[in-house]
Amino acid sequence: MSLEIILFVILGGVAAVTSVIVITRPNPIISALFLVLNFASLAGLYLLLNAQFIAVAQVIVYAGAIMVLFLFVIMLLRPGNEEKIFSRNPVVKIIASIVAGVVFLQIVYMIFFTSPSNSVTGEVSASVNAGTVEAIGRELFTNYILPFEAAGFLLLAAAIGALVLAKKKFE
Amino acid sequence: MSTWEIVIFTLIKILVIFTIMMLTVSYLVYFERRISAWTQNRLGPNRVGWEGVLQPFADVFKLLLKEDIVPEQAEKKIHSLAPVIALFVAFTTYAVIPIGPSFNFFDYNISLVVADVNMGILYVLALTSLGVYAITLAGWSSGSKYSLLGGIRSSAQMISYEISMGFSVGGVILLSESLRPIAIVESQGLWMWNAWIQPIGFITFLVSAFAETNRLPFDLPEAEPELVGGFHTEYSSMKFAGFFLAEYANMIISSALIITLYLGGYQIPFIDITTLGLAHWFEVLIYITAFFFKMGALLFFFLWVRWTIPRFRYDQLMNLGWKVMFPLALLNIIWVAVLIMVFNL
Amino acid sequence: MQIPIEYYLILSAFMFIMGIVGVLTRRNAIIVFMSIELMLNSANLTFVAFASYMGNTIGQLFVFFVMAVAAAEAAIGLAIILALFRNKMTLNIDEVNILKW
Repeated sequence: MSLEIILFVILGGVAAVTSVIVITRPNPIISALFLVLNFASLAGLYLLLNAQFIAVAQVIVYAGAIMVLFLFVIMLLRPGNEEKIFSRNPVVKIIASIVAGVVFLQIVYMIFFTSPSNSVTGEVSASVNAGTVEAIGRELFTNYILPFEAAGFLLLAAAIGALVLAKKKFE
Repeated sequence: MSTWEIVIFTLIKILVIFTIMMLTVSYLVYFERRISAWTQNRLGPNRVGWEGVLQPFADVFKLLLKEDIVPEQAEKKIHSLAPVIALFVAFTTYAVIPIGPSFNFFDYNISLVVADVNMGILYVLALTSLGVYAITLAGWSSGSKYSLLGGIRSSAQMISYEISMGFSVGGVILLSESLRPIAIVESQGLWMWNAWIQPIGFITFLVSAFAETNRLPFDLPEAEPELVGGFHTEYSSMKFAGFFLAEYANMIISSALIITLYLGGYQIPFIDITTLGLAHWFEVLIYITAFFFKMGALLFFFLWVRWTIPRFRYDQLMNLGWKVMFPLALLNIIWVAVLIMVFNL
Repeated sequence: MQIPIEYYLILSAFMFIMGIVGVLTRRNAIIVFMSIELMLNSANLTFVAFASYMGNTIGQLFVFFVMAVAAAEAAIGLAIILALFRNKMTLNIDEVNILKW
């Protein structure tokens, strides 16, 4: 039992359990909070994988911005009586769960069948340097400058679109 | 150093920093009350001990002994969780802020920062972005309309000002070429403080820091005349004390951060004390004193502003954040970039 | 790195499946939306795991772009939900099955 396995079990366990809780709670605020916990444990897993920048970006972007937006909207709308919507259509739920279970088994089978650990060939020690801000920044502003600019335009368009959609219409 | 030595030294550092924080927080509350009294021509607390210096302890005991009232409508668990988040965020942020240079202690080289992370500034930004949750959840879980309004206001306000805060930090990072707080302090040198080089960024950061800590003139989440007590209306006893401590701890962290980023950290302006030929431990002591002196001055500024400037209206706050501070922060980045291009700083 | 990459992949697959189940079974628009975020994040985990085990940066760049897209998506999606709630007073996506009104 190395430290890495212990950390993986703890963080991965939290991620798995919270992802189940997110989709089973009737109250959206509780779901949102457990989703935050899920994102935080994912950030821990990224640190374990030496992806420091992505880990911090995960906390800043997901936990700090996106989920606060979710909470904000939920609190603004105050959707009532979730229980009624929640308990409808048990048949659909059972079928969906079966389908999902089959897909999951399929993926697990594929993972073991192809055994990706044989095909990952890179130097593991190189990943320590690959995850730093410097490495990511260098790559982002040289080889990937066009997608980077495109992402910037996407965010601008999204900001304008959100404004147009959410603006109250005064008649 | 072996792993165990690192663990022990880190624990000692955490303990020291924690004690300093708690003491500073309690005396900050005392000074806030004395300074407000002074501003308003009153006396302020002066009964407990000499000139009231034991007042913080009396406050803590009072809050400990009070009954903890949880409202009927509240979501009990989240109601108790919110102050814990507030305290956690407030105290963990301090881990990356250097209060002095590294020094040699017998055979060990000790740096005066709990965790010398190479992306310390991003860590601070990440944790401050989590601070929103405490207030938002406190507002929602109380089950009271005043708390909810305070919570909604705070989430909108803190997200808005986080952006100009992040962009102001961008200018500093451009100059220092590092995200490590120690490297940022050292890159400022003796007199080239970022506050002189990029005054616009300094001002936007200062204003954003006021907004992030919910201090007047931006304390809309708890505006007393409109919202009773805002997000902490329904809190009492130690839970209220949690929010109270977190607010003052946040002030301390903001001022420490401002010092690190813009005011040269622990360095003394114009005087290079390494050339004076002083003993090593004395130099370190001077550096630490300089840091705490700057911190005291900034904290006084925080208190001074609170008792001088009236509260903003909510739409004014949003306009200021998005239409003034955000463009100014962007302008600051361009200014720094031009400086780097022209003067090769 | 001693633990095999399969562990990360299975965790990621599990989270993805949970996202799918959420989208299929829940009718609350906001929770459906959160399930989508869950799926995006499971894909991110796979990207970072592979990037890290192969020792290069490109997988992490993809995660960066996924985050940008997720932020844009959250802004637009929540704006749509707000507009929807204002017009129909509901968050149940089964009740929003007409294309115009």
